[in-house]
Amino acid sequence: MKRLLSFVAMLLLLGGSVQAAQPLPGDSVYQLPVQLTGQDGQSQMLSARRGRPQLVTMFYTSCKMVCPLIIDSLRLTRNALDPSIRSQIDLLAVSFDPARDDVATLRSYADKRKLDPRFWTLARAEPAQVRQLSGVLGLQYRQLPDGEFNHSSELILLDGEGRIAARTNVIGRLDPAFVKAITETVSRH
Amino acid sequence: MRALALACLGLLLALPAAAAEYAALPGGTFTSVLPADGKAAPAQVAPFRLRTELVTNAEFLAFVKAHPAWRRDKVARILADARYLTQWASADTLGDEVLPRQPVTRVSWFAAQAYCESERARLPSWYEWEFAAAADATRRDARADPAWRESILGWYSRPSTTALPQIGGAANIYGVRDINGLVWEWVDDFNALMVASDSRDQGDPDLLKFCGAGALSMQDKENYAVLMRIAMLSALKAADTTNNMGFRCAKSD
Repeated sequence: MKRLLSFVAMLLLLGGSVQAAQPLPGDSVYQLPVQLTGQDGQSQMLSARRGRPQLVTMFYTSCKMVCPLIIDSLRLTRNALDPSIRSQIDLLAVSFDPARDDVATLRSYADKRKLDPRFWTLARAEPAQVRQLSGVLGLQYRQLPDGEFNHSSELILLDGEGRIAARTNVIGRLDPAFVKAITETVSRH
Repeated sequence: MRALALACLGLLLALPAAAAEYAALPGGTFTSVLPADGKAAPAQVAPFRLRTELVTNAEFLAFVKAHPAWRRDKVARILADARYLTQWASADTLGDEVLPRQPVTRVSWFAAQAYCESERARLPSWYEWEFAAAADATRRDARADPAWRESILGWYSRPSTTALPQIGGAANIYGVRDINGLVWEWVDDFNALMVASDSRDQGDPDLLKFCGAGALSMQDKENYAVLMRIAMLSALKAADTTNNMGFRCAKSD
């Protein structure tokens, strides 16, 4: 039994290294070395999300108007998916505002909005990396003198390799075309 | 002794060419063409240092040799588009057509950032760049002078097919050269300039994404030259490269 277990462990290890050995596509967002720290305080590279399709957006917690709608839209979109598709994707929202969105703030926001940590990650990164991430995702943002941000609001689908497979700027209600794109991308996965 | 001398010579040759020069700029309250709050608030610029010269082909070549991940045949497509450094004869030679002291162009924002990091610097912010570019040889802010505006607009009318001049133009009052009239320049927050002045006020979800030029209130509508810079930068994505887009680096004081 013990031998069998170690054999299985070895297989798992091998499986892991085989995946890691495959080069990342040049148009993958995961080419960018960004370290994210989630609402659970754990840090990992953005590229560690490779292997599972992701719905990604950027937001900040003190934003009163648009950002709650962005989070709602992610939730709406996920709920609209067929359960077999839904179970294969994760949700990631990265803050524009790392100065104010520390881990505790992200955690209390996630609690307040009842965002299930099994598939929701709210994350922060260092300011220079936030700007880089917005660059690869094609999002724009600008801090105002009062500390608020102006920013573009979009949901972005990354395939398992981190390539941008679809995006939508429909916020506050469901975008059926985006739901369809997710279903197709995950089915191909 | 001779061996020692040779070793010393080798060491000297291995050292990078003269370190880049940075000029100290005082910063302060600055009336930008882009109001800080989208209405009329002036920009606050902290004291900073700015590279007196644009980054050249020779300097960028040395960077690429030291950081092969940024060779044009190695770079990830998401960090630099297909035109990246294609003016060079090969991935690690300039060739005869490209002069070492011409500003490097066809570099993406990501590549420019990585270069500046190698100089322990960063890209300037838009406000820092605009602050430095407002000066002429004798004045910190020459922008109200029609002659200053004319001279910059004159550059825009120069055909882009002619070869780029080399660096080393006349210095402005801070000692910064070629900031107007040689190439476009990347800034750190290039993708922050045209964001709608208040995205939080918009009720229609279809409009939430982003309202481009129409939503931006420009402070100084006469200053076409600078407004064209903003339009150019805002049209670009971070991986884009163009014939005339170069960069210089900045440091916080």
